[in-house]
Amino acid sequence: MSDYDVATQYGTGRKTIRAYVTGLVLSLVLTFLAFGLVEMSGVPQNLAFIGLTTLAVLQLITQVVFFLRMNASKEGQWNLMPFIFILFIILILVFGTLWIMYNLNYNNMMS
Amino acid sequence: MENTMKSVSQGEHHHHHHNTDAVDVFGFWIYILSDCILFATLFAGYAVLHNNTFGGPSLRELFSLPYVLGETLFLLASSFTYGLAMIAMYGKKRGQVVGWLCLTFLLGLSFVVMEVNEFVHLYAEGHGWQASAAMSSFFTLVGTHGLHVSLGLLWMAITIFQVARYEVTPAMSRRLTYLGLFWHFLDIVWIFLFTIVYLMGAV
Repeated sequence: MSDYDVATQYGTGRKTIRAYVTGLVLSLVLTFLAFGLVEMSGVPQNLAFIGLTTLAVLQLITQVVFFLRMNASKEGQWNLMPFIFILFIILILVFGTLWIMYNLNYNNMMS
Repeated sequence: MENTMKSVSQGEHHHHHHNTDAVDVFGFWIYILSDCILFATLFAGYAVLHNNTFGGPSLRELFSLPYVLGETLFLLASSFTYGLAMIAMYGKKRGQVVGWLCLTFLLGLSFVVMEVNEFVHLYAEGHGWQASAAMSSFFTLVGTHGLHVSLGLLWMAITIFQVARYEVTPAMSRRLTYLGLFWHFLDIVWIFLFTIVYLMGAV
């Protein structure tokens, strides 16, 4: 057991310098792209929102894959499944709230 | 996890230890995910209230984006250096673990100091949490994240002390794994804070 690969325990992918450097570089690029998108004048508002959302989701995936080292291996699925479940809950929570509050606001203005 | 059951019943001591750890770490992962729900509710609150400024300036006029970009870079760098500490831990290089953890601590501390400085300025200029619903939701959301980072720093200080004082034992390796999950998670929450509160607020 002495040569047991500790860097891959707990169902995570192997933690290597290469993975962390890739994660850092991708995160930096995505952060600066998002920042540049806002600083750049003349980008239509709705396009900017779509762009920022896309960049944030890509950044999420980057950090989950390269920093948390989540993966779809047999062991890794134990971590991955609750994660996907929570993402689903968050979507319901946030969009459900916005939907209800928008309707409340709209109906109150009518009265 | 299936292996856990198998080896526990076989009663192999070494296996037993490692696999109990795996269940503990999974439990900590569940905690992290429940913390995600906390942040989701605060994000939802912010999304609903961020325009209700009660006649005050809109949030976009109060932020300095390059300043917040600086905060982001500090936190991102600290997530990276934490990873290097983990790799040093796997290599059983205790001195390097302490070194990388200290650097991570300093980067995290810079982030918190910058954030507190931003809060103090906002408050001093009359844009405190009591000014409007928008400011309340802003301070609750960003402040809760800042509080998490601050507690993470306290935790990290204790861990640095432990690693410096004692050997890198399996127990220590497990603690470092917990803190690593927590730290990377806070970086991920910050991506959404930076994007939704600051960047989208400025569009």
